[in-house]
This record gives sequence, structure tokens and C-alpha cells, in this order.
Amino acid sequence: MDNQRRDALKAGGGLGVFGLLAAAGLIKPEMAFAAWNKDAFDAKTMDAALAAIGAGKPADSADVQITAPDIAENGAVVPVGVVSNIANTEYVAIMIEKNPAMLAASFTIPAGTLADVQTRVKMGQTSDVFAVVKAGGKFYVAKKEVKVTLGGCGG
Amino acid sequence: MASPMRIRAASKDGVTEVRVLMSHPMETGQRKNAAGEVIPAHFITELTAKHNDKVVLSAEFGPSVSTNPYLAFKFNGGAKGDKMVVTWVDNKGESRTDEVQIS
Amino acid sequence: MKRKLMAAAIGVTAAFAAPLAFTSEELNFDAYRQMLADGNPAELFEMEGEELWVTARGPKNATLEQCDLGLGPGVVEGAAAQLPRYFADTGKVQDLESRLMHCMETLQGIPSGEIIGGKFRQGERGKLASLVAYVVTHSKGKPIAVDVSHPKMQDMYAMGEKVFFYRTGAMDFSCASCHGEDGKRIRATHLPNITTNKGAAEGWTSWPAYRVSNSQFWTFQHRLWDCFRQQRTAEPVFASDVTIALSVFLAAKSNGYEAQWPGVKR
Repeated sequence: MDNQRRDALKAGGGLGVFGLLAAAGLIKPEMAFAAWNKDAFDAKTMDAALAAIGAGKPADSADVQITAPDIAENGAVVPVGVVSNIANTEYVAIMIEKNPAMLAASFTIPAGTLADVQTRVKMGQTSDVFAVVKAGGKFYVAKKEVKVTLGGCGG
Repeated sequence: MASPMRIRAASKDGVTEVRVLMSHPMETGQRKNAAGEVIPAHFITELTAKHNDKVVLSAEFGPSVSTNPYLAFKFNGGAKGDKMVVTWVDNKGESRTDEVQIS
Repeated sequence: MKRKLMAAAIGVTAAFAAPLAFTSEELNFDAYRQMLADGNPAELFEMEGEELWVTARGPKNATLEQCDLGLGPGVVEGAAAQLPRYFADTGKVQDLESRLMHCMETLQGIPSGEIIGGKFRQGERGKLASLVAYVVTHSKGKPIAVDVSHPKMQDMYAMGEKVFFYRTGAMDFSCASCHGEDGKRIRATHLPNITTNKGAAEGWTSWPAYRVSNSQFWTFQHRLWDCFRQQRTAEPVFASDVTIALSVFLAAKSNGYEAQWPGVKR
């Protein structure tokens, strides 16, 4: 079951689609072939996902803070915020350990932008949420558990 | 044709806070329809936010970002009336650009 | 110790991929809901509704800017907090949906039948939902102030109360079966006790809402329709008297409570 799902995911999200669309003139090549990190988004283990973003084994850091509820009423929408107090933070990634693919989103933070981002992610089940941060060429990580429940009929 | 984004950008004490809601299904490619067929993946892959002409944030999304994605971030500077432009591109090559003035 | 037992239980259930068990203390979603309220995707529907309000449409190619929601033609601010109400021009008690439907028909020439016979989130009924999102957003933070002094409002309130306690359907359920006591829930979702004002307000002031489970915006008509469906009884006709009566019952009991519209739900 899981394998089928993952294959479908690959088929749907692959570069093949971009190539076809670009060839058909439907999209501008610079959009289609921008640096979307397919290897990282396809990674099926934390180690592989960390490797794909070049993080290796990031150091635990108390200067990286995750804002997320302790418990989410619906895993389809789980608010996650990351703040890094490490100087010169240039990159932030959000990973969900127990999702079929770990990496949910990544953010490139240019100089002048605060390392303070919020988004919402899908979570298939209760899991640790990881914030991986790059600053001064080094990677740091923090995590927080978010419990996911099933709701009732109408809310 | 993709629906417009809701962008709010407010400047306060030298920091501009930007909040964006995007209208997008963010299909994972893992769900099936009533007929049992897999619904193809359809999700935003990249997003760029510009203050006037300077990129202030770029992001990459995977299919596990929630449907109708939300993004909030802050940058130094930005004055009332400045232009804030957000563009996204999805895995089917569709894109959408919207702009607002910073309030 | 209790925590350890919980952890052990989770380990076992996870092995069978069964839903995890939580204590009722753990099932507190206040922080979760608070985080979603800022940037509620209902805003996307509100935007669409705002556009629809000023767009000339229908056979009469007119906008809705002359629509009277009870506070005068074109007044949207605060209007939803005072609905349902008795309208002299139609001689009827109308909720927001039925009043908007009336405006769409009289001003734009869009037949109400198209909406009544339509499907949720599709066609004109879908557009109506976006208009609802727009209108209710302009009552956010306003106290509910429904005037039940008109005899027709009193009739509707009485009918709504009767329907609330009326047992029907394959399960012999009434609304009160689920919403008549404190402390009830379905799976993780707390069920308000609608026989109390506080409980009624919990429901009335938090719908219409964006539902994260299906990324849809649900009007109160949609919410009520789903209650009937869950009750395993006949589906009510869209904007029919029974639905408006239930809304009058809930809204009147919520008087004085602050509208949280649009809500965001699991």
C-alpha cells in the first residue's frame, strides 16, 4: 500500500512533467528547471533527507525554536513556525519524521530577512517535527513532538 | 487559471510582516478518487517574495504543505506604499503572481 | 506513572495502526485553533465573495450593492450578527443564505431554484457560500443581536426548538441526542450543549467556517444539512423553513455572545 502510494507520488512530482510542459511551451524553462530539490523532497528517511539538503548530522541547538501546538485536531493542517536566533541564518527546513517523505518545506533567508517563518503542514500521525537551520555554513536542529488526533463528524 | 492569493504586508517599527494565503489543492498524489483512481500530484513547488525588486524570501514546498497554503515571514525595512510581490509555481508549471502595497 | 502506561498503550496500538488513545485533558485544541485563526483560509472565500458582491452578474447584469441584509441597502457591516430576522418586503423570516438568495433573484435575476436545487460548493450555491464568507467577516467581533419580538420570529423560534428535540430517522436521534448534555464528544471533537446559551453560542458564533479536513468553506446551511445527514434522516431542503427555524433558535440563544466569524474547524 505504502509503496504504491510512494510510486504514484514520484510519478506525479517528477521532472518528467516539467520537461513535457516546458517542451510544449506551457511554462518558462527557468521556472521548470529552477532548483527545486527533488532528492530532498523524495527522501524517505531522515538521514537521506538531511543528506539531500547537505546537512549531514546537524547539531542540536536551543537557539532554534519551533512553534507548533502540542496536539492538532486534524493532521491535514498543522501550524508550524520556526525562529532561529543563530546569527546569519540563511536557510530553514521543516521535516516531519513520520510522514511518507520527511521534508515539507524549505526557506532561503537572504540578508535582511528575519529567520522567522510560519507555515502549515500535513501530518499523517503523531510525530516529531524537526526544524533544520543553516547558519554560517553549519547546520543545527531542534525538534518538537506534535500529537495528531482524529476529529468527530462536524467539528 | 489559479485563484488570487491573499497577501497582507504590514510595516511596523522598521520590520515588515508578510502573510500569504494561496489558493491551491496541494494534492499529494497519494489520494484516490471515488472511482479508486489515484489523483495526480499537484502542488506548489516554489515561491518567491519580493519587496520592490529585491527577493526577501524564497521557499520550496513539497506535497505535505497543507491545502490552501499559508506562509508568514518578516523582513527588515519596507515602508508603507512599497510594493510586495509574491509568485508561486507548481509541479504542473502553473503559476500565479499577486502584489499588494505594504500598509 | 500514568504517562508511562499511556506510552506503553500507544506502542501497542501503533503496532496495529489503530487510532491512538488520548486523555480528555490532552484533547485541548485551544492552542491549535488559535494558531489557525490568524490566516484562516476562509479569507480566500471572503475575497471571492467581496468580488462577487460588486460584480454585475445574472440576466439583469446587476451587482449586489443594493442588497438589503436588514440594515439598509448595501450595508454589510454588522448585518450578519442580526440575522435571521423578519423582512417586511418578503413577509418572511430569512437567514443570511435565504436573504442573499432573494437579493440574487430580485437584483440579478438569478433564480433561487438554481441554488435550492443545486449542490454545495458548486455553481450558484458555491458562489452564495463565498458571499456568505464576505458578509459574515464584516460581523467578526460583533455581539449577536437577533430580534425575536416579531410574531413570525417567535413562531420560528418555537419551531426551531421543537425540531431540535424531535427524534427521527433510522437511529431515532434528535439534535439533542448529541447536543443536549455537557461533556459529550464524538471521537476527539467536543460537542456543545446547545440547550444552554453558552453552548448554542459556541456553535452559532463559530460557523460558518473553513474546514481543514476538506479545505472547504461551510455555510450554516451546509452545517445544518450535515447534522441531518449524521442523524440519518431526510435531508432538509436548502434554505427551507426548518433550517431557518433551527438557526433562529440557535441565534436567539446566542444573543450577546461575540461572533467569531468566519470560524476554522477541524
